Amino acid sequence: MSQTDTSAPETAHSSAAAVEGAFARFLRATELDTRLLGMLGALALIWVGFHMYGALVNNFGAFLTPRNLWNLSVQTSSIGIMATGMVLVIVTRHIDLSVGSVLGFCAIVMGVMQVNILPQFLGLGHPFLWIIAVITGLICGTLIGAFHGWLIGYRGIPAFIVTLGGLLVWRGAAFLVARGETISPVDPTFALLGGGPYGAIGATGSWLLGALGCVGVIALILMGRAQRRKFQFPLRPVWAESFLAVVGCGAVIGATLLVNSYPWPKGIVRRYAEAEGIEVPPDGLFISHGYAIPVLILIAVGIAMSFLMSRTRFGRYVYAMGGNPEAAELAGINTRWMTVKIFALMGALAGLSAVVASARLNSATNALGTLDELYVIAAAVIGGTSLAGGIGTIYGAILGALVMQSLQTGMVLIGFDAAIQQVVVGSVLVLAVYLDILYRGKSK
Amino acid sequence: MNTQSTPLVEMRDISIAFGGVKAVDHVTVDLHPGEVVGLLGHNGAGKSTLIKILSGAYQADAGQILIEGQPVEINNPRDARTHNIETIYQTLALADNLDAASNLFLGRELVSSLGFVDDARMESETRKIMGRLNPNFSKFADPVKALSGGQRQSVAIARAVYFNARILIMDEPTAALGPQETKMVSELIQELKKQGIGIFLISHDINDVMELCDRASVMKNGKLVGTVDVKDVTDDDLLGMIILGKKPGE
Repeated sequence: MSQTDTSAPETAHSSAAAVEGAFARFLRATELDTRLLGMLGALALIWVGFHMYGALVNNFGAFLTPRNLWNLSVQTSSIGIMATGMVLVIVTRHIDLSVGSVLGFCAIVMGVMQVNILPQFLGLGHPFLWIIAVITGLICGTLIGAFHGWLIGYRGIPAFIVTLGGLLVWRGAAFLVARGETISPVDPTFALLGGGPYGAIGATGSWLLGALGCVGVIALILMGRAQRRKFQFPLRPVWAESFLAVVGCGAVIGATLLVNSYPWPKGIVRRYAEAEGIEVPPDGLFISHGYAIPVLILIAVGIAMSFLMSRTRFGRYVYAMGGNPEAAELAGINTRWMTVKIFALMGALAGLSAVVASARLNSATNALGTLDELYVIAAAVIGGTSLAGGIGTIYGAILGALVMQSLQTGMVLIGFDAAIQQVVVGSVLVLAVYLDILYRGKSK
Repeated sequence: MNTQSTPLVEMRDISIAFGGVKAVDHVTVDLHPGEVVGLLGHNGAGKSTLIKILSGAYQADAGQILIEGQPVEINNPRDARTHNIETIYQTLALADNLDAASNLFLGRELVSSLGFVDDARMESETRKIMGRLNPNFSKFADPVKALSGGQRQSVAIARAVYFNARILIMDEPTAALGPQETKMVSELIQELKKQGIGIFLISHDINDVMELCDRASVMKNGKLVGTVDVKDVTDDDLLGMIILGKKPGE
């Protein structure tokens, strides 16, 4: 791996093997990223902190409940999807301020498509309606992003200016397309992409997916080991590999248990039972939500983007451009065309987020996604993406989005008002970047 | 030297100006297989600019580049690479955040049968070539930012050597190096010469040039002062060319 920061364990190694603590040895053996551990620690602190605060002050800890965590996962999806793309943009030393507006514009276009235009030709409730709408949204986002990328790469206008312009243009355009009307309701199948009781895959599906996840974790570890052995590189100790496998599978199983322990609300169960002709037992019917569809979209995007960044030339070039744009150019990389592709990808992800966000609200408004650009950038930066370029990971950005959303949800649950929420989120962003700078300074 | 054969590279009457300043002004240089030609001159004499035209980083305003007698168009670094021209830049042109293998293969990654980058194979190849060039090198997992000047230099050289350069451009290859590493580079240059590779060596250091080069072309203020056989001149002659802009005997 090229972008993994292994310098911290290295330092520990060189300082003196004799005084090397058990923890340092553990880190070196497992080759875990210390920043990742730090973020998980921060996340745990936030979760437990809000829960304890609720338990002590309000006599009810609402945070660490299946219901809240399930909702948290759904709320993280939209920002998380875009944050994975923002990593590429920031790694190549650009910025995209327009994603919130692009999201709003794509949502309106999809809304108009499935509510006003397509039903005229296909009829309301046509099974292809949602597919055409989603594709339209993705194409719309991709084209907008590619246009931004062209202005930046081939016309030399700074990304900050192009996307600041885009922030205003696409928000205005969203208003013009629908004359400011809210478009609702969206196609029922389309709405499933936003989550909700029906927009989740249920207990059985979740267990199947969890099992698949465990197989994936173990396969990755075994394949990595085989690859290292083939080229006679040093192997990780077996205990470290086993530890990683157990933790990985444990996390997948834990998450599956969690989403399966959040039941459908009583009202929806009753309606569902009536519709299906099922007798509801006196102590109620327990129907699990399981993984929500938007969360699955986020996971799929996260895996695909991680793969793109670590296993393809495209990803390698993104990091090279961020590390030394001149070197990338001299190495024969077409950096201008890369810029177009990176922004087009960012636009496509904004379009995908527009699907999730408008499906979740069951409507498209021209205000959808307002201020999202700031949360997306904050998520990427909290997740360890360096604004100086060259450094950033997809999983970091998704964790960053989760941290941001956890803070906001937590403050709502314990009854902080909106003003305090803004103060806290802003401060946390600055603090997170400061800690990151300290960390990098130390690990040099 | 076999100066009768067709030159490997000939840069004819090359000119380039930046905002009215003539950085390179009607300069002609050539290079034969197995030959090292030194490019000498003060800072700002136009050596690096001339060579960046050959490596595709700049496009000449006027003049012609011939490779083995055939006129070629070099519009970008990719074109240069298709003519087996490899460059080791003064600034090294490494992506600091990537490891040695990623830098070595940058722009020409080894891929698996499915088209995905094959990091393990690239690291393995990097280990092989570094074992030849710089056996002490061990930091394969670190970003090159963490390497010393000499280690970085050996990554840059490995890049040129690995891809079978026929024409190698070295811009101040020993500027950032200690004595041990300088010796390593000198030995490497001798080795590459034997393989019939032509090398343009840009240098400030007259001793380097006297020791390593067959011919030297001296530039001053963007113009070519002259090209001499190194064995026919003394240090002082070269110095006179650099400082006064006069050929020996003028």
